[in-house]
Amino acid sequence: MTLIQCCDLSLGYEGKCVLSHLELSVQEGDYLAIVGENGAGKSTLLKGILGLIRPTGGHIHFHLPPSQVGYLPQQTPIQRDFPASVMEVVLSGLLAAKGYAPFYTRADRETALSKLRLLGAEDLANRCYRELSGGQQQRVLLARALCAAGRLLLMDEPFTGLDPTVTNELYEVVDQLNHEQGVTVIMVTHDVPEALRHASRILHLGAEHFDGTAEEYRQSPLYRRLMGGDCHA
Amino acid sequence: MHDLLSGLFSYPFIQRALIAGTLVALCSALLGVSLVLKRYSMIGDGLSHVGFGAMAVAMALGAAPLAVALPVVILAAFFLLRLSRGSHLAGDSAIALVSSGALAIGVVATSLSSGSNVDVMNYLFGSILTMTAADVKLAVLLSLAVLLLFLLLYHRIFAVTFDETFARATGIRANLYNMVLALLTAVTIVIGMRLMGTLLISSLIIFPALSAMRISRSFLGVTIGAAVLSVVCFWVGVLASFLLSTPTGASVVLVDLAVFLLLSLYGLLRRHK
Repeated sequence: MTLIQCCDLSLGYEGKCVLSHLELSVQEGDYLAIVGENGAGKSTLLKGILGLIRPTGGHIHFHLPPSQVGYLPQQTPIQRDFPASVMEVVLSGLLAAKGYAPFYTRADRETALSKLRLLGAEDLANRCYRELSGGQQQRVLLARALCAAGRLLLMDEPFTGLDPTVTNELYEVVDQLNHEQGVTVIMVTHDVPEALRHASRILHLGAEHFDGTAEEYRQSPLYRRLMGGDCHA
Repeated sequence: MHDLLSGLFSYPFIQRALIAGTLVALCSALLGVSLVLKRYSMIGDGLSHVGFGAMAVAMALGAAPLAVALPVVILAAFFLLRLSRGSHLAGDSAIALVSSGALAIGVVATSLSSGSNVDVMNYLFGSILTMTAADVKLAVLLSLAVLLLFLLLYHRIFAVTFDETFARATGIRANLYNMVLALLTAVTIVIGMRLMGTLLISSLIIFPALSAMRISRSFLGVTIGAAVLSVVCFWVGVLASFLLSTPTGASVVLVDLAVFLLLSLYGLLRRHK
């Protein structure tokens, strides 16, 4: 089933075109990595898909209610000194699906805890978010995204700046989610080897767009050029 | 002490001020947590000045001050919200522009209509003598509405305060809740202005939240802490102003300031231990 369909899509800010004439369709169960140079419009495309910015041309057809979508954004400066407990942050991932119900239930708390457990962060539940390390904060935000992600998870440079062990651990959870529960994953990353290791499909944005399987991407001239002719990733 | 308190409560105007003031202190503290964290503190300041301008013009024209000020301030709240979301520099100066412009309009309108500076002083620095029984009734109704809405939307307000992008991306109507926040703030400021004064009402929004943030580490803790601190500081301030014959609004703000400084010191000491 097609979840997202972009037809002749153009995106930009304040009259400046960042991305033009993109054709893209995302199927349920895809694991798509969006790669490309800085300024190629990777994050912009993600925002366009999420409906945070309006297309300057073309259409995005989104065949999924927003309450089925989880999003792992880059952190904002406001969050750095924000007084919130981890539980409060993770629970907020469940909010959109609750409709007009004003308060969380015991079941909601269980769900939030189970997502933390999945990420090996159950013991953080009562800690203060701003006092956590970068890796722990990212775990918490991923747990919040998992709470919201019924069928689709979008991640923007998800695990940059974390140590390799933590990065691998978190990727393992996302991979598992995709393989076992069929959650569709779309992630933006500048780390091409990382993308090839996890994603099944690559979208390369740039002067020319590439869209194909990870294997096809590895064979493409674009990839060889990017890797400086050296292609044993 | 008992005589003092019973003496205090025997004045109907003080009873009225305490009832209305407690509710206003509660509302502004609750909303303040979100406003401070969203970096919207200046909006409260701007709104109180717009409220002053609107009330002064209304009085000059012989209209009911509250009935004019309320819709004007609500409109201004939506306008300022929109401004502050644009590019940051422009939004900042635009708020200052609106704020001082409205203040100037108010001052000129008052002096043209009555020629006296007493009314201006009352509105700028607040006066518990100006609260009538009808004012109190309105203040109680409005602040109960603010409290109820805040309670029902508490988790949504948290979500759009902590991470508006995530909220929006997952289908929470962030714009709607931002507007609700602006609306509630506008209402709270208009009812609080009479008591605290135009120049001082925004401190009721800012101080309790900042103080509570020194000692609490969860959003719920900060929210409850701000509410409790705000009400306690208000009562202590009113009591002090009664004892020392100082202006009410300013006395409350000074108590708020003292508590903030104390808690900041406590926070610093705890961090360096």
